[in-house]
Amino acid sequence: MSVRKIPQQLVPLALIFAVALAALFIARKLLVPATFGDIGYYRAAAVGEIASQPIAYAGSRACLDCHDDVDQIKRQSKHRSVSCEVCHGDAAKHVEAPDQVKPIKPIGRGYCPLCHGYDPARPTGFPQINPDVHNPGRACMSCHNAHNPMLPHAPEECAACHRQIASQKTVSRHATLTCTTCHETPEGHRSTPNLIPAEKPKTKELCGRCHAQGADSPPEIPRVDLETHGGRYVCWDCHYPHFPEAAR
Amino acid sequence: MKSEEAKTPRREFLETCGKSLPMWFVFLATIRAGTLSATEEPEVYDPKQHDYAMGIDIHKCIGCGRCVNACKIENKVPEEPYYFRTWVERYVIPADGEAQVDSPNGGRDGFPELKTDPDMRRAFFAPKLCNHCANPPCVQVCPVGATFSTQDGVVLVDETYCVGCRYCIQACPYGARYLHPVKKVADKCTFCYHRIRNGLLPACVEVCPTQARVFGEAGRQSSPLRRFLRFNDVTVLKPSLNTNPKVYYAGADREVR
Repeated sequence: MSVRKIPQQLVPLALIFAVALAALFIARKLLVPATFGDIGYYRAAAVGEIASQPIAYAGSRACLDCHDDVDQIKRQSKHRSVSCEVCHGDAAKHVEAPDQVKPIKPIGRGYCPLCHGYDPARPTGFPQINPDVHNPGRACMSCHNAHNPMLPHAPEECAACHRQIASQKTVSRHATLTCTTCHETPEGHRSTPNLIPAEKPKTKELCGRCHAQGADSPPEIPRVDLETHGGRYVCWDCHYPHFPEAAR
Repeated sequence: MKSEEAKTPRREFLETCGKSLPMWFVFLATIRAGTLSATEEPEVYDPKQHDYAMGIDIHKCIGCGRCVNACKIENKVPEEPYYFRTWVERYVIPADGEAQVDSPNGGRDGFPELKTDPDMRRAFFAPKLCNHCANPPCVQVCPVGATFSTQDGVVLVDETYCVGCRYCIQACPYGARYLHPVKKVADKCTFCYHRIRNGLLPACVEVCPTQARVFGEAGRQSSPLRRFLRFNDVTVLKPSLNTNPKVYYAGADREVR
C-alpha cells in the first residue's frame, strides 16, 4: 500500500544511494586502518608499536649487576655522574649475551678530548686540556684511570685545571704574571682543590703594588689614585684581572 | 471476575519491568566493571597518568656530543650527515655583530678548535631536539593523521601510515623533523618512547655525562624535572608561537631560538 505512494522515479535513486552508501562503508572498512580513531585522530596501535622497538642502551643499573667492583671505584670519583655507556657504548646486547658481545673500550687519545679538550664554550671550571700540548703521543689511560680520573700526582701547572683562565691570560697584558703573583696557593690545593681553595685577593692594595701612584714598577704601567679611583669598589668589580681591558 | 482482576496487575507488572530495564542494564554494567577493575593488574601502564617533559641546562652542557651519538645508535638514525633527532649547536657571541652558530655533524665528533678571541664576549653549547609541543603545529598539518600527540604528552610519527608529504617538516618551527632517506617518512625524536615506557631514561639523558639533560614529568612530585623547574629560571624556544614546548631550557641566551 504505502510503497505505491512513493513516486516511481525515487526507487532507482534510492537504490543508487543504497549502493553508494554500501560502497562508502566497504571502502572505509578496507582503507581506514584498524584502531584508527580509537583514542584520537591516529592509529592507536602505532603507540604500542613504537613502544616495543628494540632497546640499544641498557642503562647504568644493568651494569651494576656484574660490575659492582668498578662501580665502587667510580662512585667515589669525579666521574661518578658519567654513565658506563658514555664511554663503553650501547651495551644492551652485552647484557643479553655477556660472553659473545663485548662493549667497546676507547683507548688512545681520541675519545677523552671530546669532553676534556679545551673549548671556550665549555663551562668555566670544567677540567680541560689542550690535546696538542698536553703530553702529546701518550694515551690518556697511561696516566689517568678513567673510572677514577684523579691523577696519581698533583698537576704541575695551574692551567691543567684552569685552562680557560690561562688561555685568556696569555693574550692579555698580564701574560707575564704568574698565578701566584696574586693568588696564594696552599700546598694542598694541588691534590685536593675543592677542600683547600686558592686564596683570592681581598683588597685594592694588591693591585696597587703595581698600579698605585707611588708604586715601584715600570713607568709604562697605568697608574690610578687608590684613594679616589673606583670609590668603595674593589678593582675586580670593574676590571677582569685575567684580561684587563687596558690590553687593547 | 477473577480473570478481569488478574488482567490489570499483569499489565502493570510488565510495564514496571519495561521501565526498570535500563536500570538493570546499569546495575549489571557496574557489577561487570567492578569485577574487572578488581582483577586488573595494579602495574598496568596508564598513559593519562604521565606527562613527559625534558629540561636542558645550558650551563652544564660541555658539547661532547655523546647525546647525538647515543641517539643515532639507539634510534637507528641514518648515519649520513644532516639527519639528527637531537643535535648540539655551539653559539659564539662576539662583542658586536651576529652570533656565530655551528654544529658540524650535529656535534657528534666534537667541535673544531675555537681560537681565544679578545672580541668574543662568550660562548656556549645548546642541545636541540623535538620540543614535544603541547600545541604542536606538525600534528595540526598532517593530512592523514600519521603524527599525533599521545596521551602521555609525546609527539610521535606512525611510520606505517605516513605518506611522506613533508608538510610537518615545513611546519615545525624548530627544525626537529627530517625525511628518513630510506623509509621516505617523516622522522623525529620520540623522547625514546620505547625506553621511557619500559622505565628507562631516553638515550641522550642516559649518556649525558654532566646531567645537562633532565628527563621527567612536570606534574610528578618525585620527578627530577620538578626540581629542575623549581631551581632554574627556565625558558622555552620561540614562546611567541604558542606551541607550548615541553623542553625547558635553563640559562638559554635569547640568541637560542
